[in-house]
Amino acid sequence: MTNILEVKNLKIWDSRNDRVIVPNSSFYVKQGSCLAIVGESGSGKSVTCKAIMKLNKAGIRQSGDILLRGENLMELSEQRMRKKRGKQLCMILQNGMRAFDPSCVVGVHLKETLMEHFGWGRDEIIAKMKNAMESVMLKDPIEVMNKYPHQLSGGTLQRVMIALAIVLEPDILIADEPTTALDTLSQFEVIEQFLQLRERMGCSMIFISHDLGIVKLIADEVLVMKEGEIVENGTTQAIFSEPQHTYTRYLLSSKLAMNQHFKRVMGGVNVAER
Amino acid sequence: MGSYITKRLLLSIPLVLIISFVTFAFIHLSPLDPAEVVLHSQGIPQITDELLAQTRAKLGMDQPFLTRYLNWVVSCLQLDFGDSYITGKPVWSMLGPAFLHTVKLTLVSTFSIVLLSIALGVACAWKAGKWVDKSVRGVSFFLTSMPSYWLAALLIWYFSVKLDLLPTSGMESYKSYILPVAVITISYAGIYFRIIRSAMLSNMNEDYVLYARACGLPEKKITIHILRNSLQVAISVFCMAIPIILGSTVVVENIFAWPGLGTLSVKSILSRDFPIIQAYVLVLAVVFILFNTVSDIINVALNPKLRDGL
Repeated sequence: MTNILEVKNLKIWDSRNDRVIVPNSSFYVKQGSCLAIVGESGSGKSVTCKAIMKLNKAGIRQSGDILLRGENLMELSEQRMRKKRGKQLCMILQNGMRAFDPSCVVGVHLKETLMEHFGWGRDEIIAKMKNAMESVMLKDPIEVMNKYPHQLSGGTLQRVMIALAIVLEPDILIADEPTTALDTLSQFEVIEQFLQLRERMGCSMIFISHDLGIVKLIADEVLVMKEGEIVENGTTQAIFSEPQHTYTRYLLSSKLAMNQHFKRVMGGVNVAER
Repeated sequence: MGSYITKRLLLSIPLVLIISFVTFAFIHLSPLDPAEVVLHSQGIPQITDELLAQTRAKLGMDQPFLTRYLNWVVSCLQLDFGDSYITGKPVWSMLGPAFLHTVKLTLVSTFSIVLLSIALGVACAWKAGKWVDKSVRGVSFFLTSMPSYWLAALLIWYFSVKLDLLPTSGMESYKSYILPVAVITISYAGIYFRIIRSAMLSNMNEDYVLYARACGLPEKKITIHILRNSLQVAISVFCMAIPIILGSTVVVENIFAWPGLGTLSVKSILSRDFPIIQAYVLVLAVVFILFNTVSDIINVALNPKLRDGL
């Protein structure tokens, strides 16, 4: 299997106070596989993903190589990078409620994006989006497109983002904690859609999460980050069964402890196992 | 939406009534006897008690307070604000043209304030922290803190006296607008562009901007989205700017001898011309309430979250 994305010696720092956020990280994503990045908040997961998209805030700088299908993104102009975003590198944000312009209906963003990349007409966009939205189990796609973000739920908006990704057919999908802002039921539904997305499109994916249960379910490989450094990486099975680094063991044990606490509270019912 | 507008307009009626009552009562509290003012202005040398009583009866001052108030309100509704004590002409014939002149000055100034604030606000937000941003904010701080009479005097000295390019005062041609509008714009744009700048900055850090970028939308389109959301805050501020400027052109109008409300009101206050003062306060209050309502309605039209709450 070839690597669709290779990150080499990525260094990310804040130019305003010279604080290094990610000192030196290298990893790769294989074609069609899902890489999960786990770690506590502030460990540099999100910044790393935004660095791949070259979308960190103005003061944050980065160096190193990011190869997408062999092409070094670091050498691309902003203009050419913009053409890659959305079409080849697609992102799904944590909070669906805040990912869309609050004063426009959701359809406006979808139309603008698809018009930009494919130049389709209005009817074609609506037809394509309708299909994609139905495939992620959204009822009444047309109605959803004509609603404002605040009139929809976080889970629905999350699925709208997934539907847009289905139409865009990116080489790699980056999901930044896509389930964190959702309640358990919506979480389950959204994860279901991610699994189907992988099955159907064979889409490569980077999945950021601190929910190890979900990671175990969806990822092929796992990368554990702590304070900006990659402390361990390997296949999901290896990480979960034989964690090498103390930090990985700590993460797993805290997850286990939480599960046990949960079980005790629920009176021994085995609900928290995933 | 239609019912919301009706409701807002209906709600403003009691507000106008309260303001009219307060205005009337305050003038009534003034220790000066209107009859004396009238007789003085007519240049009568010997004011006898008999003459005073006669004049009072003519002005209707011998009636009880509430009756006078009600009479005044009813005639105000017919745009009859009484006659000036000094000139004897109907108040509306003096207030009307002055009001129009001030409205002209205010509208031109507001237009230039809005244009300048949006241009500077967007530019400073894009270049936040860079030298463009810092210098614009520095210069505007310096200019805004200058009193407008001082700024007006400086501009007159340079453009009218030294360069002889623009008229010093009056309202003859479009050239007469330039200096007063410049003074008003400089005093207000420095405040309003900051509001746009900070609204733009907080919107730029929103997730929807990140997502729009991540979807590969061009910066031009993203800027329109940011501006649209930032303007929601600014529009209510701009709407309120119109009555505020309308009421505060006093200084500028007096310096540039602009025949507007400011000049008229100062003249009336100095000569104790009560009917004009009363009408002036009432007209301004109505304008304030009207623009407040309009700004609320525009906000509701722009912000879908507010629209749902109706």
